[in-house]
Amino acid sequence: MGTNTGRERLRVVLAGHVDHGKTSLVGRLLADTGSLPQGKLEQVRAFCERNARPFEYAFLVDALRDEQSQGITIDFARIFFKTAARDYLLFDAPGHVEFLKSMVSGAAHASAALLVVDAEEGVRENTRRHGWMLSLLGIRHIAVVINKMDRVGYAEGRFLELSAAVSDFLKELGLAPAGVIPVCAREGDNIASRSGRMPWYDGATVVETLDHFPAEPPTEALPLRLPVQDVYRFTGLGDQRRIVAGTIASGTLRVGDEIVFYPSGKTSRVATLEGFPAPPGDAATAGQAVGFTLAEQVYVRRGELAVKRSEPPPKASARLRASVFWLGHAPLEQEKEYILKLGTARVAARLEAVHRVIDTSTLQPLEAKGRVGRHEAAECTFALRAAIACDRAEDNVLTGRFVIVEGTDIRGGGLVLEALEDPSSGQRAKVILRNIKWQKGLVSREQRESRFNQKAALVMISGSDDALRKSAARALESELYRQGRLVYFMGIGSLLYGVDADIRGTAENHEEDIRRLAEVAHILLDSGLILVATASELSQADWDMIRTAVEPERAVAVWVGRGGTVATDLQPDLLVAAPGAGDAVTRVIALLQSKAILPR
Amino acid sequence: MEHLDSLENRSIHLLREAYSCIPNLAMLWSIGKDSTALLHLTRKAFLGHVPFPLVHIDTNYKIPEMTAYRDRLARQWKLTMIVGRNDAALAQKQTFPDGAVDRIACCRLLKTQALRDTLSGQGVRLKLDHATGKYEPDPGREPYTGIIAGIRADEEGSRSKERYFSPRDQQNRWDLGDQPPEFWDQYKTDFAPGTHVRIHPLLDWREVDVWEYIDRERIPTVSLYYDQGAGKRYRSLGCYPCTLPVESMARTPGEIVAELRTGKFKDIAERSGRAQDQEDRGTLEELRRDGYM
Repeated sequence: MGTNTGRERLRVVLAGHVDHGKTSLVGRLLADTGSLPQGKLEQVRAFCERNARPFEYAFLVDALRDEQSQGITIDFARIFFKTAARDYLLFDAPGHVEFLKSMVSGAAHASAALLVVDAEEGVRENTRRHGWMLSLLGIRHIAVVINKMDRVGYAEGRFLELSAAVSDFLKELGLAPAGVIPVCAREGDNIASRSGRMPWYDGATVVETLDHFPAEPPTEALPLRLPVQDVYRFTGLGDQRRIVAGTIASGTLRVGDEIVFYPSGKTSRVATLEGFPAPPGDAATAGQAVGFTLAEQVYVRRGELAVKRSEPPPKASARLRASVFWLGHAPLEQEKEYILKLGTARVAARLEAVHRVIDTSTLQPLEAKGRVGRHEAAECTFALRAAIACDRAEDNVLTGRFVIVEGTDIRGGGLVLEALEDPSSGQRAKVILRNIKWQKGLVSREQRESRFNQKAALVMISGSDDALRKSAARALESELYRQGRLVYFMGIGSLLYGVDADIRGTAENHEEDIRRLAEVAHILLDSGLILVATASELSQADWDMIRTAVEPERAVAVWVGRGGTVATDLQPDLLVAAPGAGDAVTRVIALLQSKAILPR
Repeated sequence: MEHLDSLENRSIHLLREAYSCIPNLAMLWSIGKDSTALLHLTRKAFLGHVPFPLVHIDTNYKIPEMTAYRDRLARQWKLTMIVGRNDAALAQKQTFPDGAVDRIACCRLLKTQALRDTLSGQGVRLKLDHATGKYEPDPGREPYTGIIAGIRADEEGSRSKERYFSPRDQQNRWDLGDQPPEFWDQYKTDFAPGTHVRIHPLLDWREVDVWEYIDRERIPTVSLYYDQGAGKRYRSLGCYPCTLPVESMARTPGEIVAELRTGKFKDIAERSGRAQDQEDRGTLEELRRDGYM
């Protein structure tokens, strides 16, 4: 075995304004630490000679033709390099504002940063922008490299002046540099060895500074957060295991742990940790990609967050106040629908409000105008189509940060400042508690469904016309029954005089009526039934509340009415405009088949 | 966490993301050490299963041991094995060994073109029939919308610029100047119709990491990597007319690790035995922009 086996590998990003010499610094680091393959330096020198160009250390790193011909880094590169102390993976990020999204991608992979500043030009627009980005990305270990000291005659005065200026603006961002190093990358001053040309500097070289950056802090000490990536059941080779898969973001997971899945609140216990070719033991910690089975089967899916019942719970909300940055050409706007991805959760999102906007090149506030422009940062509120589980970034950044997708592209990112109340918050809290306290029998819903050859589901039929609505629902019940399904019709009227007897008849109690309807539906679904329920003129808020209580992918809303319009703000899965009951029945059955609730 | 473990966990995470987010997924298996290590990681990620087809682009000039080894493992591990080939170019002898075209044009036809047509479903797809052990035309013509490939950032310049999830357009082209942002474990998983994504779970691995992992996990690799007594072995595998063995007496993964860490290959680039890389600066970049792995 080699001597380097098992060495830690620190991930470091190079940031700073365009042309301040980040890539030259990387090239010089590679050359001076003996990290280049044999002949590489000679090869690049010969190439420069053949093409009548002055040799630059940057050519050792800028591999693309366009990068070499334009003398600019276009996209971040992953560069492996080593010192006597440890191994590094460097991300050389481009400094041109055009490539900020590439800089973010490089920087987000790092746990430490070198911020490079040209001694002559001083702090520029992207020095500030990158500094701000490092702070937002949570990179706390930063050193400043004042490059091109040869251009200012290796003067101590200029270095001190710049050093103070950079430290000042970093301080505004809450960052304290581990050091400020005067270098000339081209000449190798203070890179791997101390320079004779700056006797007034007695601090660390770049290599020494890198070697002193602490290793990435472990996140084992935080509560367990495990975003569910998927639930596997590979029956192909006779495998009967149902395995929940995911990577532990923080904390530890042990066999026997009581687990709660958020935002649904479903609970179970870890039965086994699974592995291949052999099981990994009884415990796993942050960073491990694990698979585990549950003692009691519950229906969970990608996007839920597994946590321990004994530890502080995460937030579950459909409204988030967040600190965001925007990379898209078109602004982040209130009129558009976006997708928000946090952990493994993915949900439609709208920008509800913009509270303040910052120009990242000056760090000055801009006039808030209800949208966020390219390369701007802002504090905003997002309204989500469904609740997700998260933490405030200050409590656990790993489950407190998200990206925003517009169309098919990631256009921005954000940190959760606060999970806000949303219209279903009260209901959701009740549902989570209900699920945690739920008394399970020995027969699971899945077993029932397998025997009944159907999936439990709620078909909620709404509309303005009482007779139309109910005749459609009854016809659907009859047809499904005729087809051998276990199905039950329930009008909301059946609840009003029984389940709702204590609260009957007042408008304020509408919300409670809906909640009780949803809870009854939940019980019937848990028993494996297909429930066809009716209620007049449901609003979208009513429907959101119902979907909070039952699994949303097992609930479909159908509006039945003449004229082809919905009288409320409900967005139904199906609108039956010209109702003969038969038409409604055929179309609802087709919908249930498309959702794999009924077999085709 | 020890660095091989952290590389392993990250790769498994990426494989699982690809499987959950990309509908029609396949994995390129070149039979080389990297994609074989990736196959092992896949079996770990999916607890002993390989839940997508493996695609091998056969140029007909692969070293014969490679094909034999491929089929042995495919049968043993019950893999869904698909082989793609540019039969037209081979029939018309439009190849470098036939003297018709140069090395680069040959790569373009037998690899890039064959890959493009196999992915789109327009070209030959042969599928291993586990009952007979023979390859039969695959009736499945659905385009693959995601392709997992075992490339590494340390192999050459353009690969050091890659994303974990890297989009390709309708013509399989890679737009290097406009790559999607990728941060906080969030990847580009939404695509326009007709485009696909390459997934690169080994991007952060170096050559020596792969060998240490093969050694640690006892992953079976093709014998061409090891000296069989003649003092020669292959360091990188490709087509025999363009891939040269290196002088080396290493007979085991452990000996290869030692050779890379402190021995004769300590500072020698891996692909120095690959002739198509040497023809011109930036050639591999051109090939890769055009859809090459």
